[in-house]
This record gives sequence, structure tokens and C-alpha cells, in this order.
Amino acid sequence: MTDITSSSAAILAGLISSKKASSVEITTAFLDRLEKLNPKTNSYLYFNRENSLAQAKRADQQLAEGKTVSPLHGVPIAVKDNLTTTDAPTTAGSKILEGWVPQYDATVVRKLREASMPILGKTNLDEFAMGSSTEFSAYGPSKNPWDLSRIPGGSGGGSSSAIAGHLAPLAIGSDTGGSIRFPAAMTGSVGAKPTYGAVSRYGLIALASSLDQIGPVTNNVMDAAMLQDVIGGHDPHDSTSLPNGLGSMVQSVKEADVKGLKVGVVKQLSSDGFQPGVKACFDDTIEKLAAAGAEIVEVDCPSFEYAVAAYYLILPAEASSNLAKFDSVRFGLRVTPDGNPTIENVMAATREQGFGPEVKRRIILGTYALSSGYYDAYYGSAQKVRTLIQQDLAKAFTQADVLLTPTAPTTAFKIGEKVNDPLAMYLNDIATIPANLAGIPGISVPNGLASEDGLPSGVQILAPAMQDGQMYRVASIVEKLYMDQWGASLIARVPDLEAL
Amino acid sequence: MAKEQLMSYEDAIERFEVVIGLEVHVELNTVSKMFCGCANNFGSEPNTNVCPTCLGLPGSLPAVNRKAVESSIAIGLALDCQIASNGRFARKNYFYPDLAKNFQTSQFDEPIAFEGEISIELETGEVFMVPIERAHMEEDAGKLTHVGGATGRIQGAEYSLVDYNRAGVPLVEIVTKPIYGALDKAPELAATYVRAIRDIVKSMNVSDAKMERGNVRCDANVSLREKGAEKLGTRTETKNVNSLKSIENTVRYEIQRQAFILAAGGKIVQETRHWHEDRGHTSAGRPKSDADDYRYFPEPDLVPVQPSEEWIEEIRLTLTEKPSVRRKRLQNDWGFADLEFRDVLNSDLLDEIEATVAAGASPQSARKWWTGELARLANVQEVAVQDLPITPEQVASIQKLIDSGELTDRIARDVVAGVLAGEGEPAEVIESRGLKIVTDEGALIAAIDKALASQPDVMEKIRDGKLQAAGAVIGAVMQEMRGQADAARVRELILERAK
Repeated sequence: MTDITSSSAAILAGLISSKKASSVEITTAFLDRLEKLNPKTNSYLYFNRENSLAQAKRADQQLAEGKTVSPLHGVPIAVKDNLTTTDAPTTAGSKILEGWVPQYDATVVRKLREASMPILGKTNLDEFAMGSSTEFSAYGPSKNPWDLSRIPGGSGGGSSSAIAGHLAPLAIGSDTGGSIRFPAAMTGSVGAKPTYGAVSRYGLIALASSLDQIGPVTNNVMDAAMLQDVIGGHDPHDSTSLPNGLGSMVQSVKEADVKGLKVGVVKQLSSDGFQPGVKACFDDTIEKLAAAGAEIVEVDCPSFEYAVAAYYLILPAEASSNLAKFDSVRFGLRVTPDGNPTIENVMAATREQGFGPEVKRRIILGTYALSSGYYDAYYGSAQKVRTLIQQDLAKAFTQADVLLTPTAPTTAFKIGEKVNDPLAMYLNDIATIPANLAGIPGISVPNGLASEDGLPSGVQILAPAMQDGQMYRVASIVEKLYMDQWGASLIARVPDLEAL
Repeated sequence: MAKEQLMSYEDAIERFEVVIGLEVHVELNTVSKMFCGCANNFGSEPNTNVCPTCLGLPGSLPAVNRKAVESSIAIGLALDCQIASNGRFARKNYFYPDLAKNFQTSQFDEPIAFEGEISIELETGEVFMVPIERAHMEEDAGKLTHVGGATGRIQGAEYSLVDYNRAGVPLVEIVTKPIYGALDKAPELAATYVRAIRDIVKSMNVSDAKMERGNVRCDANVSLREKGAEKLGTRTETKNVNSLKSIENTVRYEIQRQAFILAAGGKIVQETRHWHEDRGHTSAGRPKSDADDYRYFPEPDLVPVQPSEEWIEEIRLTLTEKPSVRRKRLQNDWGFADLEFRDVLNSDLLDEIEATVAAGASPQSARKWWTGELARLANVQEVAVQDLPITPEQVASIQKLIDSGELTDRIARDVVAGVLAGEGEPAEVIESRGLKIVTDEGALIAAIDKALASQPDVMEKIRDGKLQAAGAVIGAVMQEMRGQADAARVRELILERAK
């Protein structure tokens, strides 16, 4: 069954619709593999063979009755464990939610079910998606299939390691400051953060409401486009979801053509601070595009310098409020101290035991940033920076159709290397954060292995808000330039997990 | 708790200037809640009108109820407010178990309506313009029941139960600017203002407006300053006062309490207080300062509310007549004296009298029925007069029979009693109780002759011009006819006999 688990979702969908393989066969192949290899990667926090197969069986029954409900009909998928599912516990990587089975499905989960896509399981993440390595998961870190001693990126390292390890053909991630794109770059997979509002957030356990966005993690650009077509669209449950759809991403991928394309290179994100091998991969991407006929321009985004600082005020501020509901009263963990505790004692003890160190750090930061007397200096200033970044980007997009940056400053680092250095950890997202602050779409596409360590590197493509189609079009162009060179996708070169 | 020492009301008013500020919470009667589709329904089984959003479950999101926005705009327009073209919600962050998300979604610095005013007429006819600072939208919290303690309060309770049916019910909070110059009328003004707000939201049908259910509740801010002083005094805020009488009493009490403290050189503690109607005083709640830190910030899960000009104008067109305008019109139409009309207002019988008049009764007769006999019966039965099982139409039909001479006032009261006893429509009561007036003159004359026979001197007295002597005979005849005769006609017949 190696063929099945190393195939793209598009190919699997073709096998299913042409009846060359059933959803049950394909789902079984992935379940067999993940049951065997998940102990190595810790990609999944939860899976249930019986439940997944029941869904696959239903998909096959529909096909037998001549019904195909979506282009990905029958293709199984992994879902990040911060999306609510009525048939599986949802932990958000936190002890405070251990064992909680939600009463409702997230809109994205509902759409996957309506598309007859069996859910393989729930993938690991940094607690409440706070982190870029999965080392802050209360359930242990996930491992990078390229090198099990290294991080798979975060917060969505469960989904990225599942894709790179062929433990799922498709995965759902969420991206608040890079949690889809950074792990994609670390594992040689493709990860897209759509325009803010393109995908409903209903049922996504909120980190920072104004920054969170759900998106695909996949083997290639076409798979990502197909998945965004399934999960996107307006949702009356999410007021911030866009009122109108953004058209077909698959169509955009099919129309990919480099002719007349203007590519902007962001001055602030193309020189200092990048690992040489990563920088070399990026320069190579730009050269390839230029050789293929794209026009390359340098754009100036001076406010990007303040992006990480602003992000680490806005995010904790919103998170401190979003996480207030974890109080033991209605769901999840309840810790009752000895004696005759008051409700305040119970709430405090529960939060003390239930939250991990990074979550506490950010709640404290956010509470402080919103406090009377500090609000203007911190939260207020950060919002101003956010506006400046949006203005920088608006100006840049008058000079270029898309902007390219390296996705991450380095390749995958060793587990334990940065866990005690929050600032170093925060800087991993230096190139991905501006897209969240501005609400624009961004995608990471693999662009080679860094010469010094042989680990994957990614290139990020940013497009103007609501031009997700443009983002996919250029991502597809970049991907094709490399496929022409490599003859296969980068992810095909991932070591044999069974041998590791 | 020991009752605090008070200054006499007259002395307090003599020495200090009273400044009040009122915050009225109006619960809207929308079908669904503010941010989810759950039923907005009073009295359901606990925790049956709930969903992920109003329970604050992880991952849930709010979506604004358009009808609640419409009602809020209507309230704003009725208070002559400006309507914001861009209104944002904010989060008010604090931990409490009745607050599902541990923040309240509320408008803060961008209310839907602002800068209005309302004219309030006191009993003396004096009119105050009360300035409105804002009317903003917010959601209600759940309801806590503390079990096992002596006081029913959270302190000392064994455990507490939470009912989230009320969580997310839409509220509009109407906040006045500081109200100066009411002097000794401050307590009355406070109560009259709240009544005016209640009447407005009731007449617009945006709220059930039942104060006893908490549909309309008031936080009363009171402060005193030495006459002529510039600086405002320290205020107290008495929370959730939910009857008009209590509002008046609260303000009066706080004036006297604060005056005593200030006159003795003491300082007012800025705090919330609670009014105890049964004991007639307020007690301290929690200390409150202007620096209470709710860490407000714009609600990132909601887009701003941006009502279009067209929508606002559409809502303006649906506004009903303002209660103050309606009252003026009705008093004028009915020709009631001020005192008569005040009785009607005080007993809250405007709707009933209007309907009775519409059904054909004269205004004066309608007023007499409702503020007289019916009010008396309601009082005996200990129910609200509005809740008596008799309709304005029935009252009007009974009055018509009086006007046509078919019933006397006395018999009419029996008919009313029959209707209230559930014996059917007035005509059925008259039939079954045999209450028709006796118009058979032969029977009347026979009764008169019988009475005259036992009082032979009466005829002589009448002939001598002592007409009042007829009274004794009339009484005897009425008794003979069991009251079912027209006394005026009996009198006429006696006088005729005497000729």
C-alpha cells in the first residue's frame, strides 16, 4: 500500500471516482500506517479506526449509488486538535480540556463531513496553538519525519509531520502568526493561510480572533487549492467570514502562467537574519522565476521591523480574554483545592494546573497590555503598527502582483534548542506574521534543502487580500519550476520512517 | 445590619445640592438572544435555551441579532438620540460564574445611540429635561441560585446553581448625564423618569417592560455637594432597583444618609449599594472606583454595526406616538381635570380607559368604573386591576345599559360581580341573576300603595310641600322590588299619587 500513502490527494480522489480504489481501502492504508508510525512522530493525539472506516464506508456507499458530493469525495484527512468534533475529544493541546468531547462540529469539520471526507484523527499542536515547535503541547512534541530529533514546526506540527510522514494525504491547520506556513516549511510540505474571513472560524478554539485563520496542509499546491475550495465560504455563525466566496482555487492553479507576472522581494525580509542555506534557496527561487520570465522588483516595507513586537501585544491581549472561559464551571478540567474553597479558589487552581508555561506567559502579557493606564502604550500602539503594516503592503502591491520571502529564518531546529528562549522562538515567525496582521493570504511552498543541513526550506508567497487565487497561481508556478528540476516533489525524498 | 443614621430630608435638601444619574437596563423582547439563535424566553426550565455560543463553549462565536439592533435604534430615536453610523462592540473582562465567557460583550466607547433627551413632567406640572448620554447594547448574564446558606447569597452557600437561559438575552442600557437642579424633587424625578422609559419601551413593544420580572431595572447614582460648590461629590450607585416606589425611596434614603455623613465631616465611600424595600434602607455592596479595570477592548469576533441612513429612517417611521404626547392628547380629548387624570396615570389605567371609551362609554364613566368600583374589587382580591377578568368592552356594554335606564348603578355592580365570577357576558349575568330593572308600572304602583298604607301621614306631608317625606316610601318600595327599580321613576310616581 506504499503507493496509496505516498500519493497526492488529487490522485487518490481520481482513484476513488474511477473506482480503482475505494475510500475504505485508502483510509485503511493510512490507518495501518499511522497506527504503526504515530508512536515515532506523535502527529496524532487521537484516532479511532472504527469511526474513520465507518465514514469511509458511507463515502463508498454514496459512490455506489452514483453520488459524488465533492472533488475530494472519499479522501481521508487529518484535523488539527483545536477544531471541535462531536465524535472525538478536542484538547487544543492542553490539559485543561483533556477528555472534553464537544457538543458541536466546527463549520470546517461539518464541511469535510458534507464532502464525504473521512476524518483520520486529531493532530498535535502547541497548547492553544501558542508556539512554533509543538514543544508546548501538553501531550509531548511531534517529531519531524526528516529527522526525528528535530521539531516539525508549530503550532501545527502534528499536521505537518502527518503530511511529511505520509500519515495523512491532507490535513487542516490553523494559522495565527505562521502556524500553518512555518511547519510546512520545516517539513517540505505545502501550507496555505487564506485571506482572513475566507474560511469560517466557528468551532476553532480561538487563540487570537483577529489573526486566526484555518487553512490546508498538503503534499502539493493543487491539493491545497482543492481543500480550500471545500472548506471556504461564508458562514452565518462567523460574522467575520467574508460575505462572498473567492472563486475556485483549483481553477486558478490550472490557469498558472508566469507571463507578465511581477514578483516583489521585500527588502526587510531578504537579507539579514536568515540561515545561509535558506537564503540560498530563496535566491534560487527568485532566479528561477526571473529566468522563466517574471519581472522581479524590490519593495520596501519599513513597518515590518515592528511586526513581531506588535504581534506579541495583540495576540496575548486577545488570547488573555479568549482563554478566560476555561474556568472549570461548564466543561473540562476542574481542580478543587482542599478545605472549603470558594469559586475563585477553584477557578484559580484549575487554571494553575490546567495551563502550561507558554499559555500562562501570554495570558500575563495580554492582561498587562490591556490594563487601564497601559492600554494606549501597548495595545493601542500595536494596533497603529498593524495599520502601518497594512499600508506598507497596500503600497507594495501597487508595485508587484505578489510578494516573496523565505517562509522561515532557519530550517528545523533540534527539539529542546529554543524551548527556554521565548524571544528566539518568537522570531521564527518573523516572515509569516505580517500576513496575519494585514489579513492577507500567504502560502509556503518547498524550495529545496539547505546546503548546510540537508533539511527542507520553504518560500512564502503573499497576495493581496481576497486574491487567494493569485496566491495559488504563483505557488503553482514556483512548484512547477522545481518539479521540472527535481522530477518529483521534495516530500518524496523524506527518509523512510519505518527505517528510522 | 444596623440602620445608618440619617439627616432629616428637609435639612438635607436645605443644606446640599442633589445630583443624580440613572442607568436603566431594558431587556428586549426579541424572539432570540443577542448573539445566538436561542429562544429569549422567561420562565423556561433551567438551561434549556442554551447553545455553544451562549454557554461560551470553546470555538463558539457570536453573531449580532438584527432585530435587537433595530429595537435599540428605535429606543435611541424615541429618546431623541443620534444614531451611530459605526457602532462597535467591546469585551468587558471579569470573572464570574454566571458570565459564560468570563467577559461580557457590550458596547463601550461607540454606543449605538447617544446625546438624547426626554422631558419628564412631575406631579406639580413642573417639566424637567433629562439629558441622555447614551443607549448601548449588551448581553445579560446567567442567573445564579445559591443553595444551603442562610442568606441566599454566595457567601456561606453550600453550592450554587447556574441557569444560562438568561445568558445572552439582549439588553439596552440607557444612561443619563448627571441631572442637576431637581432639589427636593430628585426622588420623584428619578421614579418618574424610569416610569417614562418603561412606558416608552412598552408602547413600542420592544420590551415586556415588567419591572417585577426585571425587564426594566435601574441603577441609581446619587451624590451631594455643598450648595454653590463646583466639584461633584462622591457618588454611590444603588444597583438593580426594580420598582418605581423603591427608586423613589432609594434616592431619598441616599440623600439623607449621605447628608448625615457629610454634615458630620465624614467622607462618602464610592461603592455599589443594594436597596432593601422591606427594611427601607440601602446597604453597602462592593467598593467601586472609576479605575475598576475591565480591560475593555474592541470585540474581535464581531464586525462593527453600521446601520444605513435608510434603515434608520425606516425605523423612525415605525415609531409609535410618544407616551408623553399620547397622555396630553388623551387628557385633552377626555376633558379630565389634572387630579382625575393623575389618578388614572398613577393607577396605570390609560390603556383600559382608552379601550373602554373606544367601545362606546363616555370618558368620565369609563374613568369611574376603572379607578372606582373595579379598583376597589381588585384591591379586595389582591390582584392588579388590569388583571381582573373583565374586558373594557364588557365594562362599556354595562355602562350603556345604565345610560339607557335598563340598569341602575347598584344593579350594574351586581352584573360586574357576575362577570368577574365567571358567569359569562353581562347579558348572560343579567338573565341568569334576574337583574333586569322593574319597568312594569302596575307593579311599582302596587308597591307604592302598600308602602303608603303603612305610612298614612306621608301623603299629607307631601301635599304640604314636604317633598323629602317621599324618601321613606321610596326606600320601602326599593326594598320591596329588591333594588331592581329606578328610584327616580318611583319618586315621580309617588308625587303623581299625591296630586
